Amino acid sequence: MNNVVVLPILIPVLTGIVLILVRSLTWLRIIGVASLLINIGVTAYLISQIDATGIQVLELGGWSAPFGIVLVADMFAALLVVTANVTAVICLLFASRTIGEKRERFYFHSFYQFLIAGVCGSFLTGDIFNLFVFFEVMLISSYALIVLGATKQQLRESIKYMLVNMLSSVFFVVSVGFLYGAVGTLNMADLSLRIAEMGQGGLLNIIALMFLFVFGLKAGLFLFFWLPGSYSAPPAAVSAIFAALLTKVGIYALIRTFTLIFYQDPDFTHELLGWMAGATIVLGTIGAVGAKNVKGILVYNVVASVGFIIFGLAAFTEGALQGVVYYLLHDIVIKALLFLLGGAFLIAAGTGRLRSTGEWIRTYPLLGWLLFATAFAVAGVPPLSGFLGKLLILEGGLRAGEYVLVGIALLSSLLLLYSIIRWFMEGFWKPRPEGAPAGGETRVVRSLLMPCVLLLAISAALGLGAEGLAGFVDQAAHTMAEPSVYISAVLGE
Amino acid sequence: MNMNDVILRTATKVITFIILTFSLYMFFAGHNNPGGGFIGGLITASALVLLYLSFDLESMKKVLPVNYIAMTAIGLLIAVATGMGSFLFGAPFLSHAFGYYDLPLFGEKTELATAVLFDLGVYLTVVGITMTIILAIGEDQT
Repeated sequence: MNNVVVLPILIPVLTGIVLILVRSLTWLRIIGVASLLINIGVTAYLISQIDATGIQVLELGGWSAPFGIVLVADMFAALLVVTANVTAVICLLFASRTIGEKRERFYFHSFYQFLIAGVCGSFLTGDIFNLFVFFEVMLISSYALIVLGATKQQLRESIKYMLVNMLSSVFFVVSVGFLYGAVGTLNMADLSLRIAEMGQGGLLNIIALMFLFVFGLKAGLFLFFWLPGSYSAPPAAVSAIFAALLTKVGIYALIRTFTLIFYQDPDFTHELLGWMAGATIVLGTIGAVGAKNVKGILVYNVVASVGFIIFGLAAFTEGALQGVVYYLLHDIVIKALLFLLGGAFLIAAGTGRLRSTGEWIRTYPLLGWLLFATAFAVAGVPPLSGFLGKLLILEGGLRAGEYVLVGIALLSSLLLLYSIIRWFMEGFWKPRPEGAPAGGETRVVRSLLMPCVLLLAISAALGLGAEGLAGFVDQAAHTMAEPSVYISAVLGE
Repeated sequence: MNMNDVILRTATKVITFIILTFSLYMFFAGHNNPGGGFIGGLITASALVLLYLSFDLESMKKVLPVNYIAMTAIGLLIAVATGMGSFLFGAPFLSHAFGYYDLPLFGEKTELATAVLFDLGVYLTVVGITMTIILAIGEDQT
């Protein structure tokens, strides 16, 4: 029993509730940022505990494991929680400068905290029905955040977003029901144990496919048709946190279910995951290269990276899983950074259409060079954070003999680099065309650069400090590769 | 709305109290029998809606100057705080406890449970959120 496990969920929930009652704008911002900072501290403490004594489990209300609901903090979940909170703080700093007073007064800060609570809860839960509950907490907050402000584009996209997510939620509950009917438990550790006993036959493969469909839809794995529209509708800070966290929660759910529960028949499930990942990479890259405006480049970069992470899962070696952990942490930071840069650029240039911008490097040299550095981080150039994850995933892919997919992944890295460099060349470098719109206020744009610099510094720290991180990542990947560690931590003996 | 609603108003004055009493009964019955904070909250909200229907929004605002959004927040706070109360006793989050006490008026061996406090949070949240939704829809029609 360790009550610290529930704190990363409780702190944002409590803060969200308190912020409903707070009226002063300054206090809204201060309390919001302070709570996330406290949450980072608490999670760091949790990580030190996991490092010292292994996986931390909390049986809620004292009901013991396969019957009651458990929260399980293994190294993988805890690393994701801390990265999510770090990114959330920085996006909140960006948000309080751009989101506008009206949105802040209409409970933006509360919904933001509830979103973080849902994300942390999804990472920490050890029960697949509870995973659904935390998904809903996260999604309901995201519905509110995506529609807040009620511009025409937001209203149009939020209807699509809600319909798609409600459909997938319905399928989620149905799959959970089928799983319970077939196996008779919903505790993830117990599920893993029982499926190992009864063997993963045809029926369980179908249920696995249903989960693949549900989580694939949420993660934007192959079924990403809803993603480009929805992620470009809300203001930049909200899109940034969506791109950084929401698809990652879907990816986390895929990784958790296909390493802990449905890992008995990898020839079927993981092969399928591999090809879905390949298709996602190809389509995402084509989208990013073909995009004519900044938002298009941003959202299709998200799609392509989802494919890349799932490719590591499909390779399914311990090395590749280490790569997945590194890359996931990197991707949370770097996608937030890309979207924040996009938001700053939209304000700076007054338009996202690449054709009608140019020459902004004169006014905003720092913004330009930040974007340039980020492009290399996305591609995975060494000192920055993407390198090690990519290397390990590709190595795992080669070991698994997936030569075609490795080729696709390598080519896509190059093309994604091109897509962002094209934004840099057209937006910052080429002479400004006639009739280009006037930019926003210089002072406003300059104030937005601090959060971006912070995120890039974190990305560099993740890359340079990979050595120090290696111990934690090893533990995380080891738990994924050896489900028995997780099972014995949750069920005892 | 200019309609003759003498009958509605007269009936409401009596019925509201019956509904409110019943909602309290349901709230306290909830620990061991069907009922509880959620149902009690919905019934209370229905009594309030009946009041809002038979008298108009402005006069109700004078009679019941309640900020329902704040009420929701306070309810949520109570519910979460009850769960966190177990931290003080070194028990897992959401653990609950009960005991039997001799109280005046209620008789000997009255059962008191911390789950009722959690239910109180649920009750306030349900009343607050139901009224917020209904009033938000109702206020648009002017």
